[in-house]
Amino acid sequence: MAHQKLSLYQTMILILVAVCAPLGNTCLAKGMTSLPELTLAHPLALFAAAFTPWVALGIALLIGFFASYLTALSWADLSYVMLATAWGNMLVELLAHFCLHETVSYQRWLGVVLITLGVALVAPGPSHTVQPASLNSGAPR
Amino acid sequence: MNLAALLSYTGFWAATAMIAAVVLSSTAGEVLTAAAMKSIGDLDNIRAHSGIKGAIWAVLSCPLFFAGVFFMAVAFFALLFTLNHLNLGLAGPATASLTVFTNALAAKLFLKENVDRRRWTAAVLICVGVYFLAH
Repeated sequence: MAHQKLSLYQTMILILVAVCAPLGNTCLAKGMTSLPELTLAHPLALFAAAFTPWVALGIALLIGFFASYLTALSWADLSYVMLATAWGNMLVELLAHFCLHETVSYQRWLGVVLITLGVALVAPGPSHTVQPASLNSGAPR
Repeated sequence: MNLAALLSYTGFWAATAMIAAVVLSSTAGEVLTAAAMKSIGDLDNIRAHSGIKGAIWAVLSCPLFFAGVFFMAVAFFALLFTLNHLNLGLAGPATASLTVFTNALAAKLFLKENVDRRRWTAAVLICVGVYFLAH
C-alpha cells in the first residue's frame, strides 16, 4: 500500500463527508418532529414539509454529503473514507453536550472515546490502495 | 426490547433476517458506489478538464453508480421496515455498527483494498464505538 499524503482540499472533502451527514440527519429530525403528524392520506403535506427551513437545510446538507462522498471515493478507498469520517457520528453527541448542555451517558462517552481512537489510528495512514497494474504502469495513483 | 421480548414477539431469526437485510443491502450499495467511482477515476481531474457538467455526466453515465444507488434505496426502505417491527434501541446500533465491519470486509473481498491490521483494528474500535453511541 503506497503512503500518499492527503492534500488540504482532500482533507476538506473528508471533513465535509463527516460533518454533513450527521448534521443533515439532525436537521431533518428536528424539522420533521416540529411538524404535525403526516399521513399517507395527505401526501402533499410531505412535499410541503421539504420546504420548511430545517428540512430544507437537512436536505441541502445531505446533498452536500453525497457529492463530497462520491468525490472522496474517486481518490480514496471505501474502507478509508468510511473509517476516517466516522468521527461525524460523535459530532452530534458533542454538540448536544457542549451547546445544548444535554446529559451524555457514560456509555456514550465510551463510544466517543472508541471512535476517536479508531479514527486516530486510520486517518494518518494511506488513503488509497495501489493495485499491481497501476504500480507497473507507473500511474500517478 | 430485550432478548426475551424479541423472541416472544418477532422471533430471533426474523429479527436477524431484518437486520441482515439492512446491513447487506447497505454494504452492497456502498461497495457498488465505490466501484463506480473507482472506475470513473478522480472526479477532481475530470472536473478540471471537462468542468462540473463533465464530472456530473461521468457519474451519471456509469451503470454501477445506479446499481449502488438502487441498493442504498433498498437499504433505506429495509431500515424503515425493520424500525417498524423492532425497537430502535436494537435495530439502530446493530445495523450501524455491523455495517462498518461488513463494509471493511466487502472492500477487501470485492474492491481488493488493502485492509491491513491498522484498518481492521480501527474498524473494530469504531464498530463498538458506534454501537455504544447509537444505543
